[in-house]
Amino acid sequence: MAAFLSRDATIASPGWSRWLIPPAALSIHLAIGQAYAWSVFKTPLAATMLAGNPNSGVLTALPFQLAIIMLGLSAALFGTRVDANGPRWAMVVATACFVAGFLISALGCYTGQYWLVVLGYGFVGGIGLGVGYISPVSTLIKWFPDRPGLSTGIAIMGFGGGALIASPLTSQLLAAFGGTGKGATAAGVGQTFLVLGLIYAVFMSAGWLLIRVPADGWRPAGWTPPTEGVLAGRFDVSARNAIRTPQFWLLWVVLCFNVTAGIGILERAAPIYADFFPNAASPAALAAAAAGFVAMLSLANALGRILWSTTSDLVGRKNMYRFYLGVGALLYLVLTLIGNGSKVLFLICAILILSFYGAGFATAPAYLRDLFGTYQVGAIHGRLLTAWSVAGVLGPLIVNAIADAQIAAKVAGPARYTPSFIIMIVLLALGFVANELIKPVADRFHEERATSTPTGATA
Amino acid sequence: MTTQDKQASTMIIGVIAWLWVLIPFGYGLYELVIKIPALFGS
Repeated sequence: MAAFLSRDATIASPGWSRWLIPPAALSIHLAIGQAYAWSVFKTPLAATMLAGNPNSGVLTALPFQLAIIMLGLSAALFGTRVDANGPRWAMVVATACFVAGFLISALGCYTGQYWLVVLGYGFVGGIGLGVGYISPVSTLIKWFPDRPGLSTGIAIMGFGGGALIASPLTSQLLAAFGGTGKGATAAGVGQTFLVLGLIYAVFMSAGWLLIRVPADGWRPAGWTPPTEGVLAGRFDVSARNAIRTPQFWLLWVVLCFNVTAGIGILERAAPIYADFFPNAASPAALAAAAAGFVAMLSLANALGRILWSTTSDLVGRKNMYRFYLGVGALLYLVLTLIGNGSKVLFLICAILILSFYGAGFATAPAYLRDLFGTYQVGAIHGRLLTAWSVAGVLGPLIVNAIADAQIAAKVAGPARYTPSFIIMIVLLALGFVANELIKPVADRFHEERATSTPTGATA
Repeated sequence: MTTQDKQASTMIIGVIAWLWVLIPFGYGLYELVIKIPALFGS
Protein backbone atom coordinates (compact mmCIF):
# COMPACT_ATOMS: atom_id res chain seq x y z
CA MET A 1 0.00 0.00 0.00
CA ALA A 2 2.83 2.38 0.95
CA ALA A 3 4.47 1.70 -2.42
CA PHE A 4 1.23 2.48 -4.24
CA LEU A 5 1.06 5.86 -2.53
CA SER A 6 4.69 6.79 -3.14
CA ARG A 7 5.75 9.46 -5.59
CA ASP A 8 7.66 6.86 -7.65
CA ALA A 9 4.49 4.83 -8.19
CA THR A 10 2.77 7.86 -9.68
CA ILE A 11 5.38 8.70 -12.33
CA ALA A 12 3.52 8.74 -15.64
CA SER A 13 4.34 6.14 -18.24
CA PRO A 14 5.21 7.42 -21.72
CA GLY A 15 2.06 8.44 -23.57
CA TRP A 16 0.08 9.36 -20.43
CA SER A 17 -2.07 12.36 -21.36
CA ARG A 18 -1.67 15.44 -19.20
CA TRP A 19 -5.38 16.17 -19.79
CA LEU A 20 -6.18 13.40 -17.30
CA ILE A 21 -4.64 15.48 -14.51
CA PRO A 22 -7.26 18.29 -14.37
CA PRO A 23 -10.17 15.84 -13.77
CA ALA A 24 -8.05 14.14 -11.08
CA ALA A 25 -7.56 17.52 -9.43
CA LEU A 26 -11.23 18.41 -9.88
CA SER A 27 -12.31 15.18 -8.17
CA ILE A 28 -10.65 16.50 -5.04
CA HIS A 29 -11.46 20.20 -5.35
CA LEU A 30 -15.13 19.78 -6.34
CA ALA A 31 -15.52 17.64 -3.21
CA ILE A 32 -13.71 19.80 -0.66
CA GLY A 33 -15.36 22.92 -2.11
CA GLN A 34 -18.39 21.64 -0.17
CA ALA A 35 -17.04 23.82 2.64
CA TYR A 36 -18.62 26.88 1.00
CA ALA A 37 -22.02 25.17 1.33
CA TRP A 38 -21.77 24.71 5.11
CA SER A 39 -24.50 27.30 5.65
CA VAL A 40 -27.06 24.75 4.44
CA PHE A 41 -26.43 22.79 7.66
CA LYS A 42 -26.78 25.79 9.96
CA THR A 43 -30.58 25.98 10.24
CA PRO A 44 -31.14 22.20 10.58
CA LEU A 45 -28.48 21.98 13.31
CA ALA A 46 -29.92 25.00 15.12
CA ALA A 47 -33.41 23.50 14.91
CA THR A 48 -32.45 20.04 16.14
CA MET A 49 -29.25 19.55 18.15
CA LEU A 50 -29.11 23.16 19.35
CA ALA A 51 -32.83 23.80 19.69
CA GLY A 52 -33.46 26.45 22.34
CA ASN A 53 -29.81 27.37 22.65
CA PRO A 54 -29.50 31.20 22.55
CA ASN A 55 -26.01 30.90 21.05
CA SER A 56 -27.02 28.61 18.22
CA GLY A 57 -25.99 31.20 15.60
CA VAL A 58 -22.42 31.32 16.88
CA LEU A 59 -22.26 27.59 17.57
CA THR A 60 -23.44 26.56 14.12
CA ALA A 61 -20.75 28.79 12.57
CA LEU A 62 -18.01 27.08 14.63
CA PRO A 63 -17.43 23.96 12.46
CA PHE A 64 -16.98 26.11 9.34
CA GLN A 65 -14.71 28.64 11.04
CA LEU A 66 -12.54 25.90 12.52
CA ALA A 67 -12.41 24.16 9.14
CA ILE A 68 -11.13 27.31 7.41
CA ILE A 69 -8.54 27.88 10.14
CA MET A 70 -7.43 24.23 9.85
CA LEU A 71 -7.32 24.60 6.07
CA GLY A 72 -4.70 27.33 6.34
CA LEU A 73 -2.76 25.67 9.16
CA SER A 74 -2.66 22.20 7.64
CA ALA A 75 -1.73 23.55 4.21
CA ALA A 76 1.14 25.43 5.83
CA LEU A 77 2.24 22.58 8.11
CA PHE A 78 1.92 19.69 5.66
CA GLY A 79 2.88 21.52 2.47
CA THR A 80 6.48 20.29 2.48
CA ARG A 81 5.35 16.70 3.14
CA VAL A 82 2.84 16.94 0.28
CA ASP A 83 5.65 17.97 -2.06
CA ALA A 84 7.94 15.20 -0.75
CA ASN A 85 5.43 12.32 -0.65
CA GLY A 86 3.66 13.18 -3.86
CA PRO A 87 0.09 14.01 -4.87
CA ARG A 88 -1.41 10.52 -4.51
CA TRP A 89 -0.40 10.29 -0.87
CA ALA A 90 -1.77 13.77 -0.28
CA MET A 91 -5.06 12.98 -2.03
CA VAL A 92 -5.55 9.80 -0.01
CA VAL A 93 -4.85 11.69 3.24
CA ALA A 94 -7.22 14.46 2.14
CA THR A 95 -9.95 11.94 1.27
CA ALA A 96 -9.51 10.07 4.55
CA CYS A 97 -9.66 13.24 6.66
CA PHE A 98 -12.47 14.90 4.73
CA VAL A 99 -14.66 11.78 4.74
CA ALA A 100 -13.80 11.03 8.40
CA GLY A 101 -14.99 14.54 9.21
CA PHE A 102 -18.44 13.74 7.83
CA LEU A 103 -18.60 10.36 9.55
CA ILE A 104 -17.60 11.81 12.93
CA SER A 105 -20.19 14.56 12.46
CA ALA A 106 -22.82 11.91 11.70
CA LEU A 107 -21.86 10.12 14.90
CA GLY A 108 -22.18 13.42 16.77
CA CYS A 109 -25.70 13.90 15.43
CA TYR A 110 -26.79 10.35 16.27
CA THR A 111 -25.44 10.60 19.84
CA GLY A 112 -26.47 14.22 20.44
CA GLN A 113 -22.87 15.32 21.01
CA TYR A 114 -22.45 18.61 19.14
CA TRP A 115 -18.76 18.83 20.02
CA LEU A 116 -18.21 15.82 17.74
CA VAL A 117 -19.64 17.82 14.82
CA VAL A 118 -17.20 20.65 15.58
CA LEU A 119 -14.29 18.23 15.99
CA GLY A 120 -15.24 16.12 12.97
CA TYR A 121 -16.20 18.67 10.35
CA GLY A 122 -14.05 21.51 11.67
CA PHE A 123 -10.83 19.91 12.88
CA VAL A 124 -10.49 16.56 11.07
CA GLY A 125 -12.35 17.65 7.93
CA GLY A 126 -10.44 20.95 7.94
CA ILE A 127 -7.14 19.06 7.70
CA GLY A 128 -8.61 17.30 4.66
CA LEU A 129 -9.44 20.69 3.16
CA GLY A 130 -5.90 22.02 3.57
CA VAL A 131 -4.07 18.93 2.32
CA GLY A 132 -6.59 18.44 -0.48
CA TYR A 133 -6.44 22.05 -1.60
CA ILE A 134 -2.69 22.01 -2.22
CA SER A 135 -2.42 18.35 -3.30
CA PRO A 136 -2.73 18.81 -7.08
CA VAL A 137 -1.28 22.31 -7.43
CA SER A 138 2.43 21.63 -7.92
CA THR A 139 1.62 18.58 -10.08
CA LEU A 140 -0.57 20.67 -12.36
CA ILE A 141 2.12 23.33 -12.68
CA LYS A 142 4.66 20.66 -13.66
CA TRP A 143 2.34 19.16 -16.28
CA PHE A 144 1.38 22.58 -17.67
CA PRO A 145 4.53 24.73 -17.56
CA ASP A 146 3.22 26.47 -20.68
CA ARG A 147 -0.19 27.27 -19.12
CA PRO A 148 0.12 27.31 -15.32
CA GLY A 149 -2.69 29.83 -14.92
CA LEU A 150 -5.14 27.71 -16.91
CA SER A 151 -4.29 24.47 -15.13
CA THR A 152 -4.45 25.78 -11.57
CA GLY A 153 -7.47 27.89 -12.55
CA ILE A 154 -9.37 24.71 -13.51
CA ALA A 155 -8.61 23.01 -10.21
CA ILE A 156 -9.27 26.02 -8.02
CA MET A 157 -12.44 26.77 -9.95
CA GLY A 158 -13.44 23.31 -8.73
CA PHE A 159 -13.15 24.52 -5.15
CA GLY A 160 -15.43 27.44 -5.99
CA GLY A 161 -17.79 25.14 -7.86
CA GLY A 162 -17.94 22.53 -5.09
CA ALA A 163 -20.60 24.49 -3.28
CA LEU A 164 -22.75 24.58 -6.41
CA ILE A 165 -23.03 20.80 -6.18
CA ALA A 166 -23.08 20.44 -2.41
CA SER A 167 -25.68 23.10 -1.70
CA PRO A 168 -28.65 21.61 -3.62
CA LEU A 169 -27.52 18.04 -2.91
CA THR A 170 -27.39 18.68 0.84
CA SER A 171 -30.78 20.40 0.81
CA GLN A 172 -32.33 17.45 -1.01
CA LEU A 173 -30.75 14.91 1.34
CA LEU A 174 -31.83 16.84 4.42
CA ALA A 175 -35.40 16.93 3.11
CA ALA A 176 -35.33 13.22 2.23
CA PHE A 177 -33.98 12.10 5.63
CA GLY A 178 -36.11 14.39 7.79
CA GLY A 179 -33.29 16.72 8.78
CA THR A 180 -35.24 19.84 7.89
CA GLY A 181 -38.79 21.18 7.99
CA LYS A 182 -41.49 20.28 10.51
CA GLY A 183 -40.48 17.41 12.78
CA ALA A 184 -36.82 17.65 11.82
CA THR A 185 -34.56 15.32 13.78
CA ALA A 186 -30.84 15.22 14.55
CA ALA A 187 -30.79 11.68 13.17
CA GLY A 188 -31.94 13.08 9.81
CA VAL A 189 -29.06 15.55 9.83
CA GLY A 190 -26.71 12.72 10.85
CA GLN A 191 -27.90 10.56 7.99
CA THR A 192 -27.21 13.43 5.60
CA PHE A 193 -23.64 13.71 6.94
CA LEU A 194 -23.20 9.94 6.59
CA VAL A 195 -24.46 9.73 3.01
CA LEU A 196 -22.47 12.80 1.94
CA GLY A 197 -19.34 11.25 3.46
CA LEU A 198 -19.86 8.05 1.48
CA ILE A 199 -20.58 9.94 -1.75
CA TYR A 200 -17.41 11.99 -1.35
CA ALA A 201 -15.34 8.87 -0.54
CA VAL A 202 -16.30 7.40 -3.92
CA PHE A 203 -16.07 10.67 -5.84
CA MET A 204 -12.62 11.62 -4.52
CA SER A 205 -11.18 8.17 -5.26
CA ALA A 206 -10.98 9.12 -8.96
CA GLY A 207 -8.46 11.78 -7.95
CA TRP A 208 -5.89 9.52 -6.32
CA LEU A 209 -6.39 6.77 -8.90
CA LEU A 210 -5.81 9.08 -11.88
CA ILE A 211 -3.13 11.41 -10.59
CA ARG A 212 0.37 11.09 -12.09
CA VAL A 213 3.52 13.17 -11.89
CA PRO A 214 5.53 13.79 -15.06
CA ALA A 215 8.84 11.99 -15.49
CA ASP A 216 11.97 14.05 -14.80
CA GLY A 217 12.72 16.36 -17.66
CA TRP A 218 9.32 15.93 -19.27
CA ARG A 219 7.99 18.91 -21.12
CA PRO A 220 5.02 19.47 -23.43
CA ALA A 221 5.62 18.71 -27.08
CA GLY A 222 6.85 21.76 -28.95
CA TRP A 223 7.29 23.86 -25.81
CA THR A 224 10.59 25.53 -25.00
CA PRO A 225 11.11 26.93 -21.50
CA PRO A 226 11.67 30.68 -21.38
CA THR A 227 15.33 31.55 -21.17
CA GLU A 228 15.36 34.92 -19.49
CA GLY A 229 14.50 36.36 -16.10
CA VAL A 230 13.65 35.00 -12.68
CA LEU A 231 9.98 35.65 -13.34
CA ALA A 232 10.22 33.12 -16.15
CA GLY A 233 10.54 30.44 -13.48
CA ARG A 234 14.07 29.29 -14.19
CA PHE A 235 15.14 29.43 -10.57
CA ASP A 236 14.02 27.40 -7.60
CA VAL A 237 13.54 28.60 -4.04
CA SER A 238 12.85 26.23 -1.12
CA ALA A 239 9.78 26.74 1.07
CA ARG A 240 12.08 27.55 4.01
CA ASN A 241 13.81 30.28 2.07
CA ALA A 242 10.64 31.56 0.44
CA ILE A 243 9.15 32.73 3.73
CA ARG A 244 12.35 34.73 4.34
CA THR A 245 11.79 36.79 1.22
CA PRO A 246 9.82 40.06 1.12
CA GLN A 247 8.13 38.79 -2.05
CA PHE A 248 6.35 36.03 -0.13
CA TRP A 249 5.00 38.41 2.50
CA LEU A 250 4.00 41.03 -0.05
CA LEU A 251 2.04 38.38 -1.93
CA TRP A 252 0.59 37.25 1.41
CA VAL A 253 -0.72 40.81 1.95
CA VAL A 254 -2.05 40.92 -1.63
CA LEU A 255 -3.97 37.66 -1.20
CA CYS A 256 -5.19 38.51 2.30
CA PHE A 257 -6.61 41.90 1.31
CA ASN A 258 -8.04 40.66 -1.99
CA VAL A 259 -9.87 37.86 -0.14
CA THR A 260 -11.02 40.21 2.62
CA ALA A 261 -12.50 42.56 0.02
CA GLY A 262 -14.39 39.74 -1.70
CA ILE A 263 -15.73 38.36 1.54
CA GLY A 264 -17.04 41.87 2.21
CA ILE A 265 -19.82 41.15 -0.25
CA LEU A 266 -19.94 37.35 -0.13
CA GLU A 267 -20.47 37.12 3.62
CA ARG A 268 -23.63 39.26 3.64
CA ALA A 269 -24.75 38.91 0.05
CA ALA A 270 -28.44 38.29 0.73
CA PRO A 271 -28.86 41.07 3.36
CA ILE A 272 -26.87 43.50 1.18
CA TYR A 273 -29.22 42.88 -1.73
CA ALA A 274 -32.29 43.27 0.49
CA ASP A 275 -30.95 46.53 1.95
CA PHE A 276 -30.10 47.97 -1.47
CA PHE A 277 -33.33 46.91 -3.22
CA PRO A 278 -36.03 46.34 -0.59
CA ASN A 279 -38.99 47.18 -2.86
CA ALA A 280 -40.24 43.82 -4.07
CA ALA A 281 -43.77 42.63 -4.80
CA SER A 282 -43.75 40.49 -1.65
CA PRO A 283 -41.32 39.28 1.05
CA ALA A 284 -41.16 35.95 -0.77
CA ALA A 285 -40.19 37.69 -4.03
CA LEU A 286 -37.51 39.65 -2.18
CA ALA A 287 -36.12 36.46 -0.62
CA ALA A 288 -36.11 34.74 -4.04
CA ALA A 289 -34.35 37.71 -5.63
CA ALA A 290 -31.74 37.74 -2.85
CA ALA A 291 -31.20 33.99 -3.38
CA GLY A 292 -30.75 34.70 -7.09
CA PHE A 293 -28.17 37.34 -6.22
CA VAL A 294 -26.26 34.86 -4.03
CA ALA A 295 -26.39 32.29 -6.85
CA MET A 296 -25.07 34.79 -9.36
CA LEU A 297 -22.18 35.70 -7.07
CA SER A 298 -21.32 32.02 -6.61
CA LEU A 299 -21.19 31.62 -10.36
CA ALA A 300 -18.98 34.73 -10.69
CA ASN A 301 -16.69 33.38 -7.97
CA ALA A 302 -16.28 30.04 -9.78
CA LEU A 303 -15.97 31.37 -13.34
CA GLY A 304 -13.61 34.20 -12.35
CA ARG A 305 -11.15 31.57 -11.17
CA ILE A 306 -10.67 30.03 -14.59
CA LEU A 307 -11.32 33.09 -16.76
CA TRP A 308 -8.93 35.56 -15.14
CA SER A 309 -6.35 32.95 -14.17
CA THR A 310 -6.15 31.78 -17.80
CA THR A 311 -5.80 35.40 -18.90
CA SER A 312 -2.80 35.69 -16.56
CA ASP A 313 -0.91 33.27 -18.84
CA LEU A 314 -1.14 35.92 -21.55
CA VAL A 315 -0.66 39.20 -19.69
CA GLY A 316 1.38 38.13 -16.67
CA ARG A 317 0.56 37.61 -13.03
CA LYS A 318 1.57 41.03 -11.75
CA ASN A 319 -0.63 42.78 -14.30
CA MET A 320 -3.59 40.59 -13.36
CA TYR A 321 -3.29 41.47 -9.68
CA ARG A 322 -3.05 45.15 -10.66
CA PHE A 323 -6.36 44.56 -12.43
CA TYR A 324 -8.03 42.66 -9.54
CA LEU A 325 -6.95 45.17 -6.90
CA GLY A 326 -7.11 48.43 -8.87
CA VAL A 327 -10.36 47.79 -10.72
CA GLY A 328 -11.76 46.11 -7.58
CA ALA A 329 -11.18 49.32 -5.58
CA LEU A 330 -12.83 51.38 -8.33
CA LEU A 331 -15.84 49.04 -8.39
CA TYR A 332 -16.29 49.40 -4.64
CA LEU A 333 -16.10 53.17 -5.15
CA VAL A 334 -18.83 52.97 -7.81
CA LEU A 335 -20.99 50.89 -5.45
CA THR A 336 -20.49 53.48 -2.72
CA LEU A 337 -21.37 56.38 -5.01
CA ILE A 338 -24.35 54.95 -6.92
CA GLY A 339 -26.02 53.27 -3.97
CA ASN A 340 -29.26 51.77 -5.32
CA GLY A 341 -29.45 54.20 -8.25
CA SER A 342 -28.93 51.48 -10.85
CA LYS A 343 -29.61 47.80 -10.28
CA VAL A 344 -27.77 46.77 -13.45
CA LEU A 345 -24.64 48.70 -12.46
CA PHE A 346 -24.89 47.29 -8.93
CA LEU A 347 -25.01 43.74 -10.31
CA ILE A 348 -22.14 44.30 -12.73
CA CYS A 349 -19.94 45.69 -9.94
CA ALA A 350 -20.79 42.87 -7.53
CA ILE A 351 -20.23 40.18 -10.17
CA LEU A 352 -16.84 41.59 -11.14
CA ILE A 353 -15.73 41.99 -7.52
CA LEU A 354 -16.59 38.36 -6.81
CA SER A 355 -14.88 37.18 -9.98
CA PHE A 356 -11.73 38.98 -8.79
CA TYR A 357 -12.09 37.35 -5.38
CA GLY A 358 -12.02 33.88 -6.94
CA ALA A 359 -9.33 34.84 -9.41
CA GLY A 360 -7.05 36.00 -6.59
CA PHE A 361 -6.98 32.41 -5.30
CA ALA A 362 -6.58 30.83 -8.71
CA THR A 363 -3.75 33.05 -9.95
CA ALA A 364 -1.67 32.76 -6.76
CA PRO A 365 -0.04 29.36 -7.50
CA ALA A 366 1.17 30.53 -10.93
CA TYR A 367 2.47 33.77 -9.36
CA LEU A 368 4.36 31.66 -6.82
CA ARG A 369 5.80 29.55 -9.60
CA ASP A 370 6.97 32.68 -11.39
CA LEU A 371 8.68 33.95 -8.25
CA PHE A 372 9.98 30.79 -6.59
CA GLY A 373 10.08 28.12 -9.31
CA THR A 374 8.44 24.69 -9.18
CA TYR A 375 10.79 23.06 -6.64
CA GLN A 376 8.53 23.37 -3.55
CA VAL A 377 5.71 25.44 -4.95
CA GLY A 378 3.09 23.26 -3.22
CA ALA A 379 4.65 23.86 0.18
CA ILE A 380 5.02 27.59 -0.47
CA HIS A 381 1.41 27.72 -1.61
CA GLY A 382 0.41 26.00 1.62
CA ARG A 383 2.15 28.67 3.67
CA LEU A 384 0.52 31.40 1.59
CA LEU A 385 -2.93 30.03 2.39
CA THR A 386 -2.56 31.23 5.99
CA ALA A 387 -3.52 34.59 4.43
CA TRP A 388 -6.90 33.02 3.67
CA SER A 389 -7.37 31.94 7.27
CA VAL A 390 -6.67 35.49 8.44
CA ALA A 391 -8.93 36.99 5.78
CA GLY A 392 -11.66 34.48 6.64
CA VAL A 393 -11.77 35.98 10.13
CA LEU A 394 -10.96 39.60 9.19
CA GLY A 395 -13.49 40.05 6.35
CA PRO A 396 -16.65 38.90 8.12
CA LEU A 397 -15.51 40.67 11.30
CA ILE A 398 -15.23 44.04 9.55
CA VAL A 399 -18.46 43.78 7.57
CA ASN A 400 -20.61 42.28 10.32
CA ALA A 401 -19.34 44.56 13.08
CA ILE A 402 -19.91 47.68 11.00
CA ALA A 403 -23.28 46.51 9.69
CA ASP A 404 -24.46 45.69 13.23
CA ALA A 405 -23.32 49.12 14.45
CA GLN A 406 -25.09 50.84 11.55
CA ILE A 407 -28.28 48.88 12.21
CA ALA A 408 -28.10 49.87 15.89
CA ALA A 409 -27.72 53.50 14.76
CA LYS A 410 -30.89 53.06 12.63
CA VAL A 411 -29.00 53.62 9.38
CA ALA A 412 -30.94 52.02 6.50
CA GLY A 413 -30.39 51.26 2.84
CA PRO A 414 -27.05 51.38 1.01
CA ALA A 415 -25.61 53.82 3.58
CA ARG A 416 -25.49 50.90 5.98
CA TYR A 417 -22.52 49.53 4.02
CA THR A 418 -20.67 52.75 3.15
CA PRO A 419 -18.04 52.45 5.94
CA SER A 420 -17.39 48.78 5.06
CA PHE A 421 -16.97 49.58 1.38
CA ILE A 422 -14.57 52.41 2.15
CA ILE A 423 -12.47 50.05 4.27
CA MET A 424 -12.46 47.57 1.35
CA ILE A 425 -11.25 50.32 -0.99
CA VAL A 426 -8.39 51.13 1.39
CA LEU A 427 -7.46 47.45 1.76
CA LEU A 428 -7.46 46.94 -2.01
CA ALA A 429 -5.32 50.06 -2.46
CA LEU A 430 -2.84 48.71 0.11
CA GLY A 431 -2.84 45.38 -1.72
CA PHE A 432 -2.19 47.22 -4.99
CA VAL A 433 0.87 48.91 -3.44
CA ALA A 434 2.11 45.58 -2.06
CA ASN A 435 1.80 44.03 -5.53
CA GLU A 436 3.78 46.93 -7.02
CA LEU A 437 6.59 46.25 -4.55
CA ILE A 438 7.00 42.62 -5.68
CA LYS A 439 10.30 42.26 -7.53
CA PRO A 440 12.27 39.17 -8.63
CA VAL A 441 13.67 37.12 -5.74
CA ALA A 442 17.32 37.84 -4.87
CA ASP A 443 19.95 35.33 -6.02
CA ARG A 444 20.95 34.37 -2.48
CA PHE A 445 17.63 32.59 -1.96
CA HIS A 446 17.96 30.37 -5.05
CA GLU A 447 18.67 26.66 -4.85
CA GLU A 448 21.21 25.14 -7.16
CA ARG A 449 19.78 25.43 -10.66
CA ALA A 450 17.97 22.32 -11.89
CA THR A 451 19.60 20.73 -14.90
CA SER A 452 16.79 18.80 -16.47
CA THR A 453 16.93 17.28 -19.87
CA PRO A 454 13.86 17.04 -22.02
CA THR A 455 12.39 13.68 -22.93
CA GLY A 456 9.59 12.58 -25.20
CA ALA A 457 6.29 14.18 -24.45
CA THR A 458 2.64 14.17 -25.15
CA ALA A 459 0.34 17.12 -24.75
CA MET B 1 -0.86 -3.94 -25.66
CA THR B 2 -0.09 -2.09 -28.88
CA THR B 3 0.42 1.68 -29.01
CA GLN B 4 -2.93 2.02 -30.74
CA ASP B 5 -4.68 0.05 -27.98
CA LYS B 6 -2.96 2.19 -25.37
CA GLN B 7 -4.07 5.39 -27.07
CA ALA B 8 -7.65 4.11 -27.26
CA SER B 9 -7.73 3.13 -23.60
CA THR B 10 -6.24 6.51 -22.59
CA MET B 11 -8.97 8.23 -24.58
CA ILE B 12 -11.71 6.15 -22.93
CA ILE B 13 -10.28 6.84 -19.48
CA GLY B 14 -10.11 10.54 -20.39
CA VAL B 15 -13.76 10.69 -21.47
CA ILE B 16 -14.93 8.88 -18.31
CA ALA B 17 -12.72 11.07 -16.11
CA TRP B 18 -14.06 14.30 -17.56
CA LEU B 19 -17.68 13.05 -17.39
CA TRP B 20 -17.03 12.04 -13.75
CA VAL B 21 -16.44 15.69 -12.84
CA LEU B 22 -18.52 17.50 -15.47
CA ILE B 23 -21.84 15.73 -14.77
CA PRO B 24 -21.96 16.75 -11.06
CA PHE B 25 -20.74 20.22 -11.99
CA GLY B 26 -23.47 20.49 -14.64
CA TYR B 27 -26.06 19.47 -12.04
CA GLY B 28 -24.80 22.17 -9.67
CA LEU B 29 -24.74 24.74 -12.45
CA TYR B 30 -28.31 23.91 -13.47
CA GLU B 31 -29.56 24.19 -9.88
CA LEU B 32 -27.87 27.58 -9.67
CA VAL B 33 -28.97 29.05 -12.97
CA ILE B 34 -32.65 28.32 -12.32
CA LYS B 35 -32.48 30.63 -9.27
CA ILE B 36 -31.13 33.62 -11.18
CA PRO B 37 -34.34 34.72 -13.00
CA ALA B 38 -35.91 35.56 -9.62
CA LEU B 39 -33.29 38.29 -9.31
CA PHE B 40 -34.94 40.18 -12.15
CA GLY B 41 -38.50 39.37 -11.16
CA SER B 42 -38.76 41.65 -8.11
